[in-house]
Amino acid sequence: MSMAQRAEPAVGTTPPASGPKDSDGRTARRPLALRLLARPEVGVFLGAAAVLVFFLIVAPSVRQGSSMATVLYQSSTIGIMALPVALLMIGGEFDLSSGVAVISSALTASMLSYQLTLNVWTGVIVALLVSLAIGFFNGWMVVKTGLPSFLITLGTFLILQGVNLAVTKLITGNVATDDISDMDGFGQARKIFASSFDVGGVQVKITVVWWLAFAALATWVLLRTKYGNWIFAVGGNKDSARAVGVPVTFTKISLFMLVGFGAWFVGMHNLFSFNTVQSGEGIGNELIYIAAAVIGGCLLTGGAGSAIGPVFGAFMFGMVNQGIVYAGWNPDWFKAFLGVMLLGAVLINLWVQRTATRR
Amino acid sequence: MDRSSPSRFRRSAPFVAVAAAAALALAGCASAHGGKKAEEAAQNASAGKANTPRMTVALVTHQAPGDTFWDTVRKGAEAAAAKDNVKLVYSSDPNAGNQANLVQNAIDQKVDGIAVTLAKPDAMKGVIGKAEQAGIPVVGLNSGLSDWRKLGLLEFFGQDESVAGEAFGNKLNTTGAKKIVCVIQEQGNVGLTQRCDGVQKTFRGTTETLYVNGTDMPSVRSTITAKLKQDNSIDTVVTLGAPFALTAVQSVGDAGSKAKVATFDLNKDMVKAVQNGSIEFAVDQQPYLQGYLAVDGLWLYKNNGNYSGGGVEPVLTGPAFVDRSNVDKVAEFAAKGTR
Repeated sequence: MSMAQRAEPAVGTTPPASGPKDSDGRTARRPLALRLLARPEVGVFLGAAAVLVFFLIVAPSVRQGSSMATVLYQSSTIGIMALPVALLMIGGEFDLSSGVAVISSALTASMLSYQLTLNVWTGVIVALLVSLAIGFFNGWMVVKTGLPSFLITLGTFLILQGVNLAVTKLITGNVATDDISDMDGFGQARKIFASSFDVGGVQVKITVVWWLAFAALATWVLLRTKYGNWIFAVGGNKDSARAVGVPVTFTKISLFMLVGFGAWFVGMHNLFSFNTVQSGEGIGNELIYIAAAVIGGCLLTGGAGSAIGPVFGAFMFGMVNQGIVYAGWNPDWFKAFLGVMLLGAVLINLWVQRTATRR
Repeated sequence: MDRSSPSRFRRSAPFVAVAAAAALALAGCASAHGGKKAEEAAQNASAGKANTPRMTVALVTHQAPGDTFWDTVRKGAEAAAAKDNVKLVYSSDPNAGNQANLVQNAIDQKVDGIAVTLAKPDAMKGVIGKAEQAGIPVVGLNSGLSDWRKLGLLEFFGQDESVAGEAFGNKLNTTGAKKIVCVIQEQGNVGLTQRCDGVQKTFRGTTETLYVNGTDMPSVRSTITAKLKQDNSIDTVVTLGAPFALTAVQSVGDAGSKAKVATFDLNKDMVKAVQNGSIEFAVDQQPYLQGYLAVDGLWLYKNNGNYSGGGVEPVLTGPAFVDRSNVDKVAEFAAKGTR
């Protein structure tokens, strides 16, 4: 039980409740609603709900179940990556290479299977190892050099970008991989990574299920396991964490490897969904993952955040992105709309937290 | 690829070694070379070699890394270089200022000719003037059709994006399309906008525009799906690049729409899609030809004083339509990645 308690102050940014009240100012005295609102994921939940309601009103086609499936699909491919990125941020580090790492993984699996005419599962497994290795490299470099992860992963970002292109070109002679959709094992892998299933006449992409499952798992790990406590501890204060016996090196490196795992998973989705991969893709997505995590209440400075917050963060991004299209607004303004909506949602999020924590 | 020093292209042994090591690490096994050998065999099947003195040509484009289109341009240029005994120095940068620096770099190297794309002509104006002062012939390719003469270029090889768009619109009129959505994968790109505008000019139905994030395929897929659901009267999706066409086909399925897909530009996977009817037609500006002719044009000028297009008219490489009627002929070349 002491574990959960230690995690508590880090999870909610629950303030020390400076109480000019009659009690000694313990949070238990504050109304339940306010205590709920003070949790970062509640703010983002309300922001996401506001965006959803807004588009339900202005865009009639959002009201169809199939439209929601599309929104959730877009959210899930962001959200699956936003989860490990959020955990990493709680642990006090960044990963700028996560966008291109997705494509590195997809390229590895595709080219290995095609060039050696292997069952695609071989490629999938090797790609997992490569992705974990990239994560390990990032984490190891950060821990060993003590340099900011911003710099280290910026380097990895550039390396991967170049390697993606150069190696693809070297091996396939083109900048895109060959179509592997007729190879052994493709059908099975597609079922796992890129299939869809029917819910009351609506086709839902399987990535949505994985996304929510991973979110549940991450929440449990964060709040109920020793490892979860280590994440908060290394993000809050590395040195004092080390002083009380938290394995800082292990925690940081494993968090980077977790991002590698996410990159592998989304990369496999891309591969089995689109059959080929262009080596120039993925650039810029790292910022979207980070944005989803930050909107979801993860502090840029580490030590605070949740796993469920980024789920709403990713949903909000997907909802705004698709909602603008469903609303049929002038597309020239697309990016501007996107920015305004996201800022608005974040402000709601902020306002909710301020209001909730004022007294 | 951001190759700031194009001269290193030939003596790039360390780079190749690193890339090869990475390739081996990724492939885990050396037999990946089987595929590459076959690829080289296919490429070496080109014609004989000129015995003219060796010359150096710099090809400087505004390519973003990892785009299948530019890869084909480069392959054309390499084929011409191999045939003409030309040393080809390729470099590219999507940022106009950086691209101008790459041209300056080529001038500093005293190359015998420069082939350049003019995606942002104003930014290139100064440096092209310097090349002319230095007595280096400059030809244009791909983009800059309306500006190449003003900048004093020798000749130009490419497709008029507006003309291509207009031809595309006319072709759509014959398919019975009523309402189309034109999908732009890079907001603010002049050439892409010209294509959609050209389509709108001649197409007799309604045209709408949609912007998608071209570097994120799941996002492209869901955005097109959303558009088709928002407006179920759309009967044709027009994409401006081959990979996006293939993704649009999936979006049509996701949306439960009956819309057809037609596209600009071609690649090897697209050919199959045209063959099996999931894509109606593709307009091909023949990027291979653009790269090839640009290098060959410089060679002809140096060795025989020729001006392609007479020095006043552009040499158009498109729009050539690829549809079910001629796709089988194109397929064998596309398999090599040269169409």
